[in-house]
Amino acid sequence: MALFHYPRPQPSEITPKEMYLSRRALIGGVSALGALATTANAASLETHPGPYSGNLTPTPHEDVTHYNNFYEFGMDKADPAAHSQGFHPLPWTLEITGLVRKPVRLDVEQLLRSAALEERIYRMRCVEAWSMVIPWDGIPLASLLKDADPDPRATHVAFESVLRPSEMPGQNGGLSGIQWPYVEGLRLDEAMNPLTLLALGIYGETLPNQNGAPIRLVVPWKYGFKGIKSIQRIRLLDHEPPTTWNRLASDEYGFYANVNPQVDHPRWSQATERVIGAHSLFGAARQPTLMFNGYGEQVADLYRGMDLRKNF
Amino acid sequence: MLKRHWRVILYPIGMIPALWLVWQGQHGALGADPVNVFERSLGLWAFRFLLACLALAPLKRFAGINLLRYRRLTGLLTFFYASLHLLAYVGLDHGFDWGVLWTDITHRLFIILGMVALVLLIPLALTSNAFSMRLMKRRWKFLHRLIYPVAVLAGIHFFLSFKTLNDVSAPYLAGLAVLLLCRVLPRRRR
Repeated sequence: MALFHYPRPQPSEITPKEMYLSRRALIGGVSALGALATTANAASLETHPGPYSGNLTPTPHEDVTHYNNFYEFGMDKADPAAHSQGFHPLPWTLEITGLVRKPVRLDVEQLLRSAALEERIYRMRCVEAWSMVIPWDGIPLASLLKDADPDPRATHVAFESVLRPSEMPGQNGGLSGIQWPYVEGLRLDEAMNPLTLLALGIYGETLPNQNGAPIRLVVPWKYGFKGIKSIQRIRLLDHEPPTTWNRLASDEYGFYANVNPQVDHPRWSQATERVIGAHSLFGAARQPTLMFNGYGEQVADLYRGMDLRKNF
Repeated sequence: MLKRHWRVILYPIGMIPALWLVWQGQHGALGADPVNVFERSLGLWAFRFLLACLALAPLKRFAGINLLRYRRLTGLLTFFYASLHLLAYVGLDHGFDWGVLWTDITHRLFIILGMVALVLLIPLALTSNAFSMRLMKRRWKFLHRLIYPVAVLAGIHFFLSFKTLNDVSAPYLAGLAVLLLCRVLPRRRR
């Protein structure tokens, strides 16, 4: 039985073209205004509903943007929003190199205007046992990787975040022992899965700095730390790349990091999760964590025959 | 009577942080993950009172400031906050899910260390009165040395409650290390 379903809209529910075109004109006008105000943290995006969004209620915008981990800006959940305002996400170039036939240098400002932007409302499960629902706006990673034409020898994809200590206070020394820049990785088939998204926005607007502006990875069936933020370089490799948290504590954070209620973190259970957004001490209940965060129908085949306890 | 026992008002004062956390929790002021903040804050207050308690003897020995009469106050407040911390973990965080809790208590070093520290505090709290001191005489002093293993266990538990060492936990851990080292410094003989 499928754990997770996404809605297929009735033809009658689809907005008539002339109506959404007039809406776009309005949005376009607003975003032109936004572009004038260069200090603004968010500008609206032209996006359209994509698949896999399911029947989910998004977590309030305030919580999505003010409660998250982004250690480059500090280790408290409020630090990213508080300390990322001096970060300059644009202009930005994203490189796709390594084992590809056509290395790509993408101008992210152009990507932000791309007609391929789509909304994906995904569940986000943090390895710390809390969860949110986030309406992302982005482009499937697969479509960008195809443009780069991967070499048949490529088996893995390595991601590298930005190193900019002058704008990222958490990268200046500190006690965490984390080596900067943050790095992550996927197997090539995971990267090509249609769920895997490069997000450029949330809630129909450009990503706020604290959420990984201007472009970040979203892999909804894996723990949140796999979703590397502010990506500058993507490289295709013929081996598994090192990943930041695995390098720091390999017994606690594996390369795969698939959401799995049966494989606990050494220090806490992963069977349930605290749902962010209740805001009341006595009204916040846990909910059961789902295998692959509820996306088993789309991804379970990737791991057929693997011991997920060993490859956690 | 009133003059001799005025210090009892420090007990309710010491409980103000707990009341403040409950009030904040009920009014949505603990942020997006209130249960987690509540639980961790109670643990942090327990650790703060533990450090205060451990600081009193060195304060007298090295600075000549005698606040030893506050040992019972700080010790009992440590126990009070540690108990609320446990209650928040069992009740609020895990909703009395005994299956999950049993796995935690039997499998996770992080949880076991905190539990043992709290269990060791129970006899100290129960004998924190003049009657027990009179009854137990020299054994009372021996029993209350349990505070040192409690401090070591709580220190490791505190360290493990963060994903990495950081600016928040490091000063507390350094403080604990200094206070414990004070104990092993040889006494000068005059």
